[in-house]
Amino acid sequence: MSLLEQSLSDAAKAVRAGTVSSTELTRAALDAIERLDPTLRAYISVDADGALARAAQLDARRGKGEPLGLLGGVPVAIKDNMVVRGGATTCASRILDGFVSPYDATVIERLREAGAVFLGKTNMDEFAMGSSTENSAVAATRNPWDTGRVPGGSSGGSAAAVAARMAFGALGSDTGGSIRQPASFCGVTGLKPTYGRVSRYGLVAFASSLDQIGTFSRDGRDAALLLGAIAGHDPRDSTSVKETVPDYGAALDGGVAGLRVGMPAEYFGEGISAETEQAVRAAIAKLNDLGAEVVEVSLPHLDYAVATYYIICTAEASSNLARYDGVRYGRRLDGEGVHDMYRASREAGFGAEVKRRILLGTYVLSAGYYDAYYLKALKVRTLIKADFDRAFEHVDCIAAPTSPTTAFRLGEKLDDPLTMYLLDIYTISVNLAGLPGISVPCGFDQAGLPIGLQLIGKPFDEPTLLRAAHAYQQATDWQRRVPPIVDGGA
Amino acid sequence: MDYEVVIGMEVHVELKTESKAFCGCSTAFGAAPNTHVCPVCLGLPGVLPVLNRKAVEHAVRVGLALGCEISAFSKFDRKNYFYPDMPKNYQISQYDKPLTSTGRLPILVDGAIREIRIRRAHLEEDAGKLLHLDDGTTGVDFNRAGVPLLEIVSEPDLHSADEAVEYLLRLKTLLEYLGVSDCNMEEGSMRCEANVDVRPTGGGPIGDIVEIKNVASITGVKRAIEFEFERQRDLLEMGGTVKRETRRWNPDSARTTVMRTKELAHDYRYFPEPDLVPVVLDRETIERMRETLPELPLARQLRYMNEHGLSEYDSGVLTAQQAAADFYESCARLYGQPKVVCNWVMGELFRLMKERRVGFDTLQVTPTALVDMLKLIDNGTISGTIGKTVIEAMFATGLPPDRIVVDRGLMQISDTAELEKTITAVLEANSKPVADYRGGNEKTFGFLVGQVMRATKGKANPKLVNELLRKALDTGGE
Repeated sequence: MSLLEQSLSDAAKAVRAGTVSSTELTRAALDAIERLDPTLRAYISVDADGALARAAQLDARRGKGEPLGLLGGVPVAIKDNMVVRGGATTCASRILDGFVSPYDATVIERLREAGAVFLGKTNMDEFAMGSSTENSAVAATRNPWDTGRVPGGSSGGSAAAVAARMAFGALGSDTGGSIRQPASFCGVTGLKPTYGRVSRYGLVAFASSLDQIGTFSRDGRDAALLLGAIAGHDPRDSTSVKETVPDYGAALDGGVAGLRVGMPAEYFGEGISAETEQAVRAAIAKLNDLGAEVVEVSLPHLDYAVATYYIICTAEASSNLARYDGVRYGRRLDGEGVHDMYRASREAGFGAEVKRRILLGTYVLSAGYYDAYYLKALKVRTLIKADFDRAFEHVDCIAAPTSPTTAFRLGEKLDDPLTMYLLDIYTISVNLAGLPGISVPCGFDQAGLPIGLQLIGKPFDEPTLLRAAHAYQQATDWQRRVPPIVDGGA
Repeated sequence: MDYEVVIGMEVHVELKTESKAFCGCSTAFGAAPNTHVCPVCLGLPGVLPVLNRKAVEHAVRVGLALGCEISAFSKFDRKNYFYPDMPKNYQISQYDKPLTSTGRLPILVDGAIREIRIRRAHLEEDAGKLLHLDDGTTGVDFNRAGVPLLEIVSEPDLHSADEAVEYLLRLKTLLEYLGVSDCNMEEGSMRCEANVDVRPTGGGPIGDIVEIKNVASITGVKRAIEFEFERQRDLLEMGGTVKRETRRWNPDSARTTVMRTKELAHDYRYFPEPDLVPVVLDRETIERMRETLPELPLARQLRYMNEHGLSEYDSGVLTAQQAAADFYESCARLYGQPKVVCNWVMGELFRLMKERRVGFDTLQVTPTALVDMLKLIDNGTISGTIGKTVIEAMFATGLPPDRIVVDRGLMQISDTAELEKTITAVLEANSKPVADYRGGNEKTFGFLVGQVMRATKGKANPKLVNELLRKALDTGGE
């Protein structure tokens, strides 16, 4: 078990030093998957042969004294909405049955370059729509801390895989909190970078103007390592930005002395559980102890964030998902004529939540409703962005809870989509504003479930978030706790 | 009651770029199905479009040539509709912020210039093509999917089928001059839709417009509009009303038929394309592009009329093709006497090019060579008749005219003694016409000239033949 206890950064260092091989790490991770995943269902597909072959290749390279890259042969997992050449990408949807990608996502290319080993693809809410990973056509992933509970969503598989030590790190995608919320539920560190920081090329689109690829890791140091590997301009993504990529590893040190941390009053109001509020307030107090100055800020448009988000993301999703019609790839059902064929294929291929959002999106974009919904939502989005701009005139980053509650029970909110949507209230506005955000473990509730502290930064100021997260994790040890299931408990 | 027709045109042209609008795939026509495709133009999961700058440049050039306003800020939108040849089931197009708008295209109607207003010209991507196979199934070829299209929309300023044809020809010529499109209707690189409304002459509001889609030739456009005018007029005369609908032109039956009615009109659910950033052009760039525009065809035609003294017809033919105008103009510059040049270019040269199916790109006759030939006529080395023989040889061999004249012994015969000998022989062989002439029938003179020319294979100096023949006939009878 000790092999998997170490962080990604330490494991990569060990491989470079020759004290452990990539093959040993990979085999350990695969063993853990074999042992735990039948219960947790974090993975949709595991490529054991591919991973071991790749590890052997990297070990051979190391043997010849060739450099292995930043990630040094350490195995990681990928959310199943990022394409890997020659492999299946399903987005946990039946409509992509049988689809094999002929190309690599940019993040996959970059991780390969950095010497990563890919263990497999992780489970998710279908097309990343959901907050619990229950909306998967494959299975519901379980929370490693309590298998009767959800891991959060939509990147629940990646979060659970990292939490249960079935991978040293993982990629996820965050459209309205889909990295930060499951990171919070599973007690790991989840980073959603600034929109445009990481190329979206090869990320199956849910809502293009909100989607961002990010990382799951044990701690802030590993997050810096992974982000450094995947960040940077990509000519294949027009929305990726030509800003230079800072040295995130070097940015970790220096502490939080003098850092001005904003506390938005609106994030501690109605709906937040007492235990969550207490833990988050304590975490902010800890930052204060470490030398940060805590300042009250206001983000007055918080109440409109969820409504705005669901108009914009469903509008974009209705268009992005139109390509799945059974004509060129994926699942096709017969029908009388082409429209019947589309209808039958889409009816059978999409799950209920995806259909709900396609219908909503089609509605808000329809002639006659566009101005009242979509256009209005764009205006509110501007106001929300302005809230943050104003706050950042006074502070370097904002600290808040990631989620109002800890992980809920499987099936508990499945029939109540509106309640489910409201759980993303603290994460959504960050996507609407395109800002970076990170969730770090900051405590546990009475039931032993993790609580997350969210730090929100200025555009492209991931270094400050990582530095604050690192400083906090140096002073606490929430991130070191391991779910009991890992050691055969629970 | 009299009726008039009001027509607006929507023209789609495929822009001549090396690669597609949003990916690096080739735009070449005629490749095997689905060989010019990649994940991006196939709309595979996860792909993103990247805008081809060249397509934007072409669109701006067209906008400038049409006198349009060029937007400093324009953006792309998604036009959502399901269609088997649309890989993403939405088309990336421009909706409320097109690249260019409010321009005009001047056309010549009965010798006068009329400006047809252009509403907008915007960029979008082409769709693929359905192939209906022999076994009853349908295949899709995505080679064309993603080829950049420019949609040029006119205001309803055209008032007859002939005007619509003139508009299309003028537009086609303009686009060819700008080098932005092949405008080949057979290959589908230019496609037209006409919006036709018929109403009582002298006003009344524009009624419900009938849209005629995808007519495959300019003649087709003319016939479709003529048919539609009669159909709508007959309907109105019988007290009926014209429904707003989309109709398809069927060239075989020479009629339009209903494609879809208003009830089935699409709601495209346009919204800003989130995967592309807006196109921002600064004034300086636009002005620099304006300076690179060539002289436009109508301006060139008017110049030939005013400065070269050519007729509207001649100047129109010469400027319809940029290469023809360039050829003509080089000759005219080298030679002067534009009318003479025009006659030779539009006469012999065009006749040969048409007969032998040779275009300007493979033409072996250079302007310099043609002018050299004209000079040989002027200095009496050859006759005008022989000139036609020489140009034909130049056309076939690419050799300079003087070489052809020497090699084939085509020099004009201006030797009096030699000509007199021939004349004597001709007079002897044609005693009857000679007697007729001497009997006062002047008409036979021309026949005898012809006989002399024939005997010398056209090489005789015609002026000299006239002179000597007249002398021989007038004196020989004594």
